[in-house]
Amino acid sequence: MSMPFYVSPEQLMKDRADFARKGIARGRSVVSVQYAGGILFVSENPSQALHKVSEIYDQIAFAAVGRYNEFENLRIAGVRLADMRGYAYDRRDVTGRGLANAYAQTLGTIFSSGGEKPYEVELFVAEIGDDAAADQIYRLTYDGQVADEHGFAVMGGAADVVASYLGEHYVEGASLQEAVRMAVAALGHTSDDKGATKDRVLPLKDLEVAILDRTRAQPRKFSRLSPARLEALLGERGPGVAAPPQPGDAAPGTMPSDATPDDPADPTDEVSGDVPPLEDPTTGEPPSPPPVAP
Amino acid sequence: MTGPRLPVAFLQPGVSSFSDFLAEQAPDLLPGRRALPQGQAGDLAPHGTTIVAATFPGGVVMAGDRRATMGNIIAQRDIEKVFPADEFSAVGIAGTAGLAVEMVRLFQTELEHYEKIEGTTLSMDGKANRLAALIRSNLGMAMQGLAVVPLFAGYDLQAGQGRIFSYDVTGGRYEETAFHSVGSGSLFARGSLKKLYREDLDETGCVTATIQALYDAADDDSATGGPDLTRRIFPVVQVITADGARRLPDSGVADIADRVIAGRMTRPDGPSAALT
Repeated sequence: MSMPFYVSPEQLMKDRADFARKGIARGRSVVSVQYAGGILFVSENPSQALHKVSEIYDQIAFAAVGRYNEFENLRIAGVRLADMRGYAYDRRDVTGRGLANAYAQTLGTIFSSGGEKPYEVELFVAEIGDDAAADQIYRLTYDGQVADEHGFAVMGGAADVVASYLGEHYVEGASLQEAVRMAVAALGHTSDDKGATKDRVLPLKDLEVAILDRTRAQPRKFSRLSPARLEALLGERGPGVAAPPQPGDAAPGTMPSDATPDDPADPTDEVSGDVPPLEDPTTGEPPSPPPVAP
Repeated sequence: MTGPRLPVAFLQPGVSSFSDFLAEQAPDLLPGRRALPQGQAGDLAPHGTTIVAATFPGGVVMAGDRRATMGNIIAQRDIEKVFPADEFSAVGIAGTAGLAVEMVRLFQTELEHYEKIEGTTLSMDGKANRLAALIRSNLGMAMQGLAVVPLFAGYDLQAGQGRIFSYDVTGGRYEETAFHSVGSGSLFARGSLKKLYREDLDETGCVTATIQALYDAADDDSATGGPDLTRRIFPVVQVITADGARRLPDSGVADIADRVIAGRMTRPDGPSAALT
């Protein structure tokens, strides 16, 4: 009989947390922003059918990042819990806090039980109230922690970059248009490993935008923004891709139109623009290997 | 629920029907699953009465009177028996009021639940079939006198027209053309609509025809309530078009009802139809 290796509980939990965190960091971010009329959710999601943001109940919405099959199961469980409670008691007795609690217990139990793989998900449970002060956004992490967010919240891959952008630009009581523009700009704001930031123009078809709208007449306040309405809200944002390089770009005395920034760390990069060095500065090899004799 | 954690069954995908889920998880919440003692129970609870529905080009109208009776007693004067089922359909109920209201709540949740889980609404026929299944599960109680007979109407977005479905206590589902009514006064209401209904009625005309029909039903059936002039209680009217279902405001219904009553002052049997 073989003896199992001893693994300290600290190490075990750290490994599980690292595993979950890695899975979440692979996905794209979801932004949730409070505006004057409710709560806005924006995510970069090329799929039209697999939603990251969905309705749970009258005034409660759900957003998630991470593994689709896992958060989809959690979403369905939330819909079932809310509908069952609303049917057994009354529609007003379904609260975001109760739902966040059930999710936290579920995620926490799965995370700390040895038998199951931890869920690689992060969730928002948001509920709108009668006014902006009564709005609530709960953020739930893979290990069952609950945080109460105010103003705006971000989760997913590049959460820190997007959050810092939102932190600079967020204003309380913004209109829907201002909030949508800010959130979409924040999602397009990326930084590479050298710390340089870049703003992308996200194509319309890659955006999933939904709101919990306090001003909606129906009891169900959740609605998705159609591409046409989203386009009207976003307005002119500039071209999505840069213009292709022109034939005259490489001529002497001109600047290439598709110039990439100079790399100061590369001693051979003495030319402005994206002309590659003739050979690798450390190995002396040309950038592409010579052809192999047949 | 046993603990704070969501039960495993909640996290299992596959079931998109709320009533099927309830049958697994909390069967005691389903109206049709209760054990009843033997004997007739029909006289124990209030009964709702007449519902009428009629289509017009571009939509459908459903109207219900406001009376609930218990034997010879008027149990309630302002009961509401026509409910929106979802954004594009409405359901009206005749029969045992308590069970019927519970069944409507279950049906509303059923449609909303499917929509949220699947991300798309049920087809009009799908909705009608789900309601049939709910009625069928109530057959045991119906045989003891606690029958529920709904009338279902909605705007079919695919077909681009209003549609009406009627039911029997065994869950039989029948699509009706043009107009239909259920409940104790339904015979008189249907006779009235036969003479008043035109295929080219507009929305207001269609609402007027249904209110005339309810007046005729109340005229000859003691369990159907007529317009209550002293308390200003008038029928509940739902109009469903491509823009969705909306309940006509009480003031709008009162205007039409006042005109109907004014006409009946000179001719109590209502408008006369041409002989040929």
